[in-house]
Amino acid sequence: MLKKRSSKSRGSTEINASSMADIAFLLLIFFLVTTQIVEDKGILVKLPPWSEVPPDPLKLIPRNVFAVLVNSNNQLLVRGEPANLDELKTRAKEFIMNPTQREDLSQAPTKAIISLKNDRGTSYQTYLQVYNELKAAYDELWDEESLRKYGVPYSDDMPLDYRKEIKGKIPMVLSEAEPTSYGEE
Amino acid sequence: MSSHFQKKRSDSKPTVSTASLPDIVFMLLFFFMVVTVLRQGEMKLKVVTPDATQLTKLQEKSLVNYIYIGRPIEKYAKVYGTKPRIQLGDQIVDGPANIPLFLEQHKVKVPESRHALITTSLRIDGNVTMGIVQDVKVMLRKSNQLRLNYSAKKKELASM
Repeated sequence: MLKKRSSKSRGSTEINASSMADIAFLLLIFFLVTTQIVEDKGILVKLPPWSEVPPDPLKLIPRNVFAVLVNSNNQLLVRGEPANLDELKTRAKEFIMNPTQREDLSQAPTKAIISLKNDRGTSYQTYLQVYNELKAAYDELWDEESLRKYGVPYSDDMPLDYRKEIKGKIPMVLSEAEPTSYGEE
Repeated sequence: MSSHFQKKRSDSKPTVSTASLPDIVFMLLFFFMVVTVLRQGEMKLKVVTPDATQLTKLQEKSLVNYIYIGRPIEKYAKVYGTKPRIQLGDQIVDGPANIPLFLEQHKVKVPESRHALITTSLRIDGNVTMGIVQDVKVMLRKSNQLRLNYSAKKKELASM
């Protein structure tokens, strides 16, 4: 009896691995179906902390404020005049840097404040486009500054003190006012 | 000379060894497991994020929580109506008041030293008005969750 069994098992000691591929494929397909490749990209924003007391109305010199209003019809008002989305970036850049030392633009990049205000009825798409343009203005200015100083475009891989230097020179000040409640859905 | 070559050829059928096939497939499997995340519940809202150019990629998925704002999809329109709603996880909630608890539930899964790095990704439909977005933003500020990401798609250069 014992002899018989041992002779049997001597036949082949190999496990058939051909079905292994099928099992692995099954797993692979399962994971392909249940997962999603999320490439979450977006505009990073830092909100100001909440305070119950309304902030003191700061005494700002009008020339240092770049007021952008977006109404519930998704129309833009830049410094009191209707404007287009395409020209927003150029105007913001000119306002921040004030290359020709104009009287009505900001005194210095460190003093420039961009104020963004929208209605509750403004569409999110328009709001984000405006925000995107304003951020693009700063991003381009940082790039230019970085290229001039260090010869490389601005990126998050740069040494921290380089970035601090650039952001110290051109700080991004984008204040968002409480929206007016027009056109609420 | 030619007979010498012929001799070397064996008569048995040539077979390609498939022994390494499982290894290859497993490699693919692990690759997909690493680069993807499990689908988080069902989307009950229709969310088409707007286009933008100044995008930052979100780095660590475990530090990100998602808030969706959009109109309910057809299947749920009967229950939830057609007005923009907020979805947290896989639930449509009544209003922004549910956000603090949602944030807290995510927070406990993150080591305390990294709490400051938690980002909230707002995946908002482009056709939603700012009113509801504003309410969510106020609630986030009240819960001291200040790092935000307005989720957006990369704008194609051709359409610019």
